[in-house]
Amino acid sequence: MKKKSLLPSARVVVASVATGLVALAMLDITASLPSSVHDAATWIQFIPSLLSFLTAPALVATGFAVVLIVTLLFGRVYCSWICPLGYFQDVVIALRRFSRRKKSRFVYALPWSWVRHVGLGLVLTSAVAGLMIPLALLDPFSVFGRMMVHLAHPALAATNNLLSDALSASGFYWLKPRTVPGFDATSFAVGLIFTVSVVVMALRNGRLWCNTFCPVGTLLGLISRKSLWRITLDESLCTSCGLCAMSCKAQCIDAKARRVDFDRCVGCMNCLDSCSQGGVKFTLTTTTQPATTNSDSGKQPGRRAILRGLAVLPLAALVAKAKAATDVFSLRKALKPNQRDHFVSPPGSVSADRFNSVCTACHLCVSACPTRVLQPSFTEYGLRGFLQPYMDFHSNFCNYECTRCGEVCPTGAIMPLVAEAKKRVQTGVAVFVKENCVVYTDETACGACSEHCPTKAVHMVEYKPGLLIPEVTADICVGCGACEYACPTLPNRAIFVNGHAVHQVASEPLKADESKEEVPEEFPF
Amino acid sequence: MERRKFFKGLGASLLAGGFLSQMPVNEVLGAAIPLPPEAYDMIAVKGGEPDVMFDKAIAAMGGMKRFVKKGQTVVVKPNIGWDVSPQRAGNTNPGLVGRIVKHCLDAGAKEVLVFDNTCDNWVKCYETSGIEAAVKSAGGKVVPGNTESYYKPVQIPNGRSLKEAKVHELLLTADVFINVPVLKHHSSAQMSIAMKNLMGIVWDRRWWHRNNLQQCIADMVTWRKPDLNVIDAYRVMMKNGPRGVSEADVTVMKSLLISTDIVAADAAAAKLFGNEPADIEHIRIAHEMKLGTMDLKSLNIQRISV
Repeated sequence: MKKKSLLPSARVVVASVATGLVALAMLDITASLPSSVHDAATWIQFIPSLLSFLTAPALVATGFAVVLIVTLLFGRVYCSWICPLGYFQDVVIALRRFSRRKKSRFVYALPWSWVRHVGLGLVLTSAVAGLMIPLALLDPFSVFGRMMVHLAHPALAATNNLLSDALSASGFYWLKPRTVPGFDATSFAVGLIFTVSVVVMALRNGRLWCNTFCPVGTLLGLISRKSLWRITLDESLCTSCGLCAMSCKAQCIDAKARRVDFDRCVGCMNCLDSCSQGGVKFTLTTTTQPATTNSDSGKQPGRRAILRGLAVLPLAALVAKAKAATDVFSLRKALKPNQRDHFVSPPGSVSADRFNSVCTACHLCVSACPTRVLQPSFTEYGLRGFLQPYMDFHSNFCNYECTRCGEVCPTGAIMPLVAEAKKRVQTGVAVFVKENCVVYTDETACGACSEHCPTKAVHMVEYKPGLLIPEVTADICVGCGACEYACPTLPNRAIFVNGHAVHQVASEPLKADESKEEVPEEFPF
Repeated sequence: MERRKFFKGLGASLLAGGFLSQMPVNEVLGAAIPLPPEAYDMIAVKGGEPDVMFDKAIAAMGGMKRFVKKGQTVVVKPNIGWDVSPQRAGNTNPGLVGRIVKHCLDAGAKEVLVFDNTCDNWVKCYETSGIEAAVKSAGGKVVPGNTESYYKPVQIPNGRSLKEAKVHELLLTADVFINVPVLKHHSSAQMSIAMKNLMGIVWDRRWWHRNNLQQCIADMVTWRKPDLNVIDAYRVMMKNGPRGVSEADVTVMKSLLISTDIVAADAAAAKLFGNEPADIEHIRIAHEMKLGTMDLKSLNIQRISV
């Protein structure tokens, strides 16, 4: 009597591809996947795409618009078909079947809509005010990214290295060891806390996360109130038996009232096959048929939700103040500390301020950076930039030729640069601290800084007969941090990069013509 | 060593008896009458492509079979320090490295392993230098040098400053060690040649920089001397070393030196570069520590033009 719907299976296929691509990009321990993979993975992801559109409109960032249109047509299908965090929860929910609780049924839950609406208001207003932390912490793509980059990626790299070690002990060197991204306690902790919360909520209450904390889910929920195709209960067939409600991981089907709170529906389509009468349908609806599909919140829900959001505006002002206050830092005790005006933001971020206002700390760049110089910040940018990546020259230094972070960044926080342009971006300038330098303290040769310098902004000049000491030509320095990384002094470095608040353009390093040929007539010995 | 001394002595005494033994033998004999290969301390070649020059040089030394026996494991250690193209001369010429690998395999080596502890990102260095491709196509194996787990602690009892270091495990097991540096200017050590190239077999280089770099460079030689040093002077970075800024730093010299004496090799290469060996501190120290000689006049050098 009723046909099985193809939609749930189709959803699994589409979602697996979408999340698979994101996971592939995030888990690339070789740091060498072509950036087209990253582009393909992130194009359709709502928050990155929206930010990319707002900050770098020149880019082809239309994925978010597609999501909006699809939502207007079919409701929040993004949440089940595209969102990687949604997919992760669905996997957890599927695993419930193997738990001791044999009956993995859901029950209808009250909407508590004001919670998520106020939350969305907070997130959006603070983002507009330039404080990205709430959005960064809650954006599902970024939450998933941090799970991958700080939990799964290191685990994969460590496994690879164990294997590689074992193989090389037997003389096989084809499996290359990979750098495990430096253990970052903060990111690990944040990743873990969010993973555990998401898992626990998924196990107990299905997609409660998406209908409580997720700003994307909440926003798309508001839009879905106008969508054309909707899940409906056919009153002529419905017996209020509750089978559909049991299958609903969004807990949004009220079987008794024969109503679907479509605001909270994540579009998984599982309910379509749950009804023995075939009474659950996904159909084109007209606005003249509101009773069965209306949201819980009565009349003019959209306007109310927006008002709730607006109530949060005064908070935004406070937030903006707080951001101004949290700026600089001085750190560490030492002989002569490296006092930076700013830590260094990635090339292509244009300025720390711009970067801090756009980045959602998804850490895709952290996983894609071949040298691992990009590390999540703790207080390096101040509280405002919590978890946003910065250039950590104690981990490594920025490869002169590399343009990868800008290529993979899905939000436009790090703009893509061609190699020639990137080599001229001055993210900061090296500062030489003579009192810390080996040449000064020990009067022995060193020059590790100058060795590593790609432009010879750091070069060696006569200090004493037969002894050279570093000197910095600031205008050709690009702030790559090679000098700081290579400097051997302890506990502080004798050379460090003082970051620019706003990136500058470096002068071209002295480049003459091509090499000349001079084969010796006779050997001089 | 003993055998070489023997031949030196033999050649000299054949000619004129005791007093002439102070003079380099082949200079007395002239190039027309070549000495047995073992008698040469160094072969210097110029005017050819890197692979051709190496063919000539190793033949003059008696062929690779003199250094590599059937079934042995060989480590070839080029300079792969930087993510720069071969034209920039920051790394050893890939064609030369490939050729050496091939000679080793032809001599019956069981395997030929190539690595460096790079300065720039190792994956990029191996690739951009062209060395990974050259080694693989010659039949050698490229071994990573980027993780500390490959490096094992060793004692350096004869070092003055450097008493211990962590050295790449390949050096602990390989039968033959061939050192293949590129000749270049160096902002810290004045010059980067054969001895300086050994810095790429250890893990913690910062320690060297903190503790009298030039002395540490010489100290490392006391641990394990390469069986053969092949100095690539095809393209030579004359300034802005060791990384270089552009091709303008490079002079094409089309030269190659090979020697079993690492100090002599460095001394001759320094001379070729235009420096006095004694002015390069680690060469002078190594000479004083009797790790080899920088007195080029005391050597038998065969000079070949291609």
